[in-house]
Amino acid sequence: MTATLTVAVWKGDADGGFVEHDVPQRANQTVLDVVSHIQRELDPALSYRFACRVGMCGSCAMRVNGVSRWTCRTHVDKVARDGRLTIQPLANLPIVKDLVTDMAPFFDKWERAEGPFVPSETRPADDDFAVVEPAGKQRSWADAAQECIGCGVCYSSCDVVSWNPEYLGPAALNRAWVQMNDERDGGRPARLRAVSGDAGCHACHSQQSCTLRCPMELDPASSIAGLKRLSFKAALRGKL
Amino acid sequence: MIADGPRQHLPYWGFVAHRVSGLLLALFLPVHFWALGLSLRGAASLQGFIGWTDLPLVRFAETGLVVLLAVHLASGLRILALEMLGWRAAQKNLVAVSFGVALACGLAYLLRAF
Repeated sequence: MTATLTVAVWKGDADGGFVEHDVPQRANQTVLDVVSHIQRELDPALSYRFACRVGMCGSCAMRVNGVSRWTCRTHVDKVARDGRLTIQPLANLPIVKDLVTDMAPFFDKWERAEGPFVPSETRPADDDFAVVEPAGKQRSWADAAQECIGCGVCYSSCDVVSWNPEYLGPAALNRAWVQMNDERDGGRPARLRAVSGDAGCHACHSQQSCTLRCPMELDPASSIAGLKRLSFKAALRGKL
Repeated sequence: MIADGPRQHLPYWGFVAHRVSGLLLALFLPVHFWALGLSLRGAASLQGFIGWTDLPLVRFAETGLVVLLAVHLASGLRILALEMLGWRAAQKNLVAVSFGVALACGLAYLLRAF
């Protein structure tokens, strides 16, 4: 006889609620498999996002038993409690429908944190690439932080975002830290001002939920601490 | 050590300890200033208050106060170390060390009090 999971899935918008389904439990089953089963067999109107299914795109992030995760890389047997799962959309973002959130506020904050690269010069006449020494300190800091794929797990896990919706959040600040360590970037003074305000790096309380939950095993909390140090030094020099 | 809940990791409890000890100390501050203010009314009123603080129960409560101060100081130093020195791998151990130092301060005070 097949074991059965009891799965409570969020339905509707912010005023919605949980709907329970019984789902057959299988070997090596992921939470995304469970959601797909519900959508294909039990509730065709269920809305959710996924694309790659292998932890590359970051689009399937949801809250599973209250914890934000990539559902494609989360095995049911690791997270189910007494055969029960609770699946909700990411926190701290507007719910479009069911398990789908509007990611626009999340990416708007990348812009507000001056995330895009600002070229400091045009390509030289001899057409050589700019050389950034691999062994450099700043290069190693940028390398350690730059693999973010924008899944929103850290943003959903951050208490400070839920207390202060204006807070830029771990991902945008992590992006800003990468760019602050790019020696080719010409937008660093403006970026440091953008991340040093009330809603910027100094709002972080170092709870480190972002670092704990990041599926890419990045360390946004340390990136934010790095921005705090840069901001502090700039303020001491009167350059902020 | 990492439980499968949204807020069960050690750095989160480090934050809670810092915040709660700070709030409780803020509540105590008016009493502290009131006690200092007694000296403005003359030596007798302050001496009477100091005599009251010799009661064993008050001494015991003062131990809690010293622990709160130590927790807040140690948690604050931990945050400064994390953010200003950029330490990474040893972060979680720092929480344990800061609690240990705080508790040791409180217990040392307790031993002196009796």
